[in-house]
Amino acid sequence: MAEFWDIYALPTIIIVGQILLIVVPLLVAVAYLTLYERKVMAVMQLRKGPNVVGPFGLLQPLADGAKLFFKETVVPTGANKILFLLAPMVTFILSLIAWAVIPFDEGMVLADINVGGLYLFAISSLGVYGIIIAGWASNSRYPFLGALRSAAQMVSYEVSIGFVIVTVLLCAGTLNLSGVVLSQKGDLGMLNWWFVPLFPMFIIFFISILAETNRHPFDLPEAEAELVAGYQTEYSSMAFALFFLGEYANMILMSGICTILFLGGWLPPADIAPFTWIPGVVWFGIKVAILLFVFIWVRATLPRYRYDQLMRLGWKVFLPFSLLWVVLTAGFLVFFDMVPA
Amino acid sequence: MSFIDKQARSLLLTEIVTGLATTFRYMFKTKATINYPYEKGPLSPRFRGEHVLRRYPNGEERCIACKLCEAACPALAITIEAEPRGDDGSRRTTRYDIDMTKCIYCGFCQEACPVDAIVQGPNFEFATETREELFYDKEKLLDNGDRWEQEIAQNLVADAAYR
Repeated sequence: MAEFWDIYALPTIIIVGQILLIVVPLLVAVAYLTLYERKVMAVMQLRKGPNVVGPFGLLQPLADGAKLFFKETVVPTGANKILFLLAPMVTFILSLIAWAVIPFDEGMVLADINVGGLYLFAISSLGVYGIIIAGWASNSRYPFLGALRSAAQMVSYEVSIGFVIVTVLLCAGTLNLSGVVLSQKGDLGMLNWWFVPLFPMFIIFFISILAETNRHPFDLPEAEAELVAGYQTEYSSMAFALFFLGEYANMILMSGICTILFLGGWLPPADIAPFTWIPGVVWFGIKVAILLFVFIWVRATLPRYRYDQLMRLGWKVFLPFSLLWVVLTAGFLVFFDMVPA
Repeated sequence: MSFIDKQARSLLLTEIVTGLATTFRYMFKTKATINYPYEKGPLSPRFRGEHVLRRYPNGEERCIACKLCEAACPALAITIEAEPRGDDGSRRTTRYDIDMTKCIYCGFCQEACPVDAIVQGPNFEFATETREELFYDKEKLLDNGDRWEQEIAQNLVADAAYR
């Protein structure tokens, strides 16, 4: 009995506890990201944004959540019921499990596996399935078109994201995400982070993750003017909420990956006194928040791309450009004998 | 040369950066939003809101039942019936109805009135829960007049110079 406790029960409890410790703050972050988005957008459009529910509108996300929770789940007659209800769960769960390999601080990671980069890439590729299933199972025009667009878009931009990640991994010399962060540690502080030597790749990566998460200006899958709400059109209540949560969790996840690859993860901008007092988790959070701000900033600034422009940008600009940079970086590393051990 | 210029500009994302800078600047501008039920925007003295029927300072109603407003009303929202009043034989309305659901707030009734009896006041918050409540009768209009007299008198004075 004691053996059972030590070998099975206790580790299970610890792991479940760790998972909850990641998921609960994440869901709160997602809820408040919606408020953050509305506030920032409002401020940029000379408005004030939600400010009635609670002080500064801080209870607005809870009110929205409660509203969605009490709504009726409508399943269209022509829909494939099982797939229809499965799709939002797939999207939501896939956006959560990727967090297993994200290091929040030195050693603060659920699964410190050596193929973290590959794992992330695999999970983010699977994200398309939720959307495809939703579009197909809804058995309706707009969701179907939205899902097709979304799939095409995510697949196209994943290619350039892949090349960008490869470039960073070449420089870092490891697929372990904690290793990637530690490879950016150095005397120069901020200037040691990969976004300085690989600045063009940083920009490409950021634009690609905008497309990957179906955010403005690449939000064609849910272009209101043409597709109502894209693949979410037939969804309501908690099913919709799961899509919504999944999408925003994905935004945070992608910002997190960007932080780890280019912005030095949990490292402070300089290795001197006032910066080192702040714990790494907070630095990680600040960097993610800044990237999310840029997400919203871009949304408030740019109009939506046309579909052919989107595809042109993905295949004819980003793909050759990032491929070229992979070759250049690899050549540079070999030529100057700088390949990390 | 212009080709290189164009390519360099698109490669350096100049347009997008300019756009982002503009939105960023807008973050620090004064907000246009006002906290509506507690804060209200300014109204012109000519503002054409809810109708009122006014009285003279001695309490006598101004309306002389000339029916010019009824004739002027393009929406046919005003209905007037009149006969000589019992005690002094002066011509007065026995019925003065405005269907606020028909009214288009053009202000012609106010323009037509020779004695400034029917006036559109500054009140625009008179939403009701039923349609019937918007069929105003003489009593309601006179009541409005008593309630808004001060504001309306001020507005008429303020606007008189421009008429």
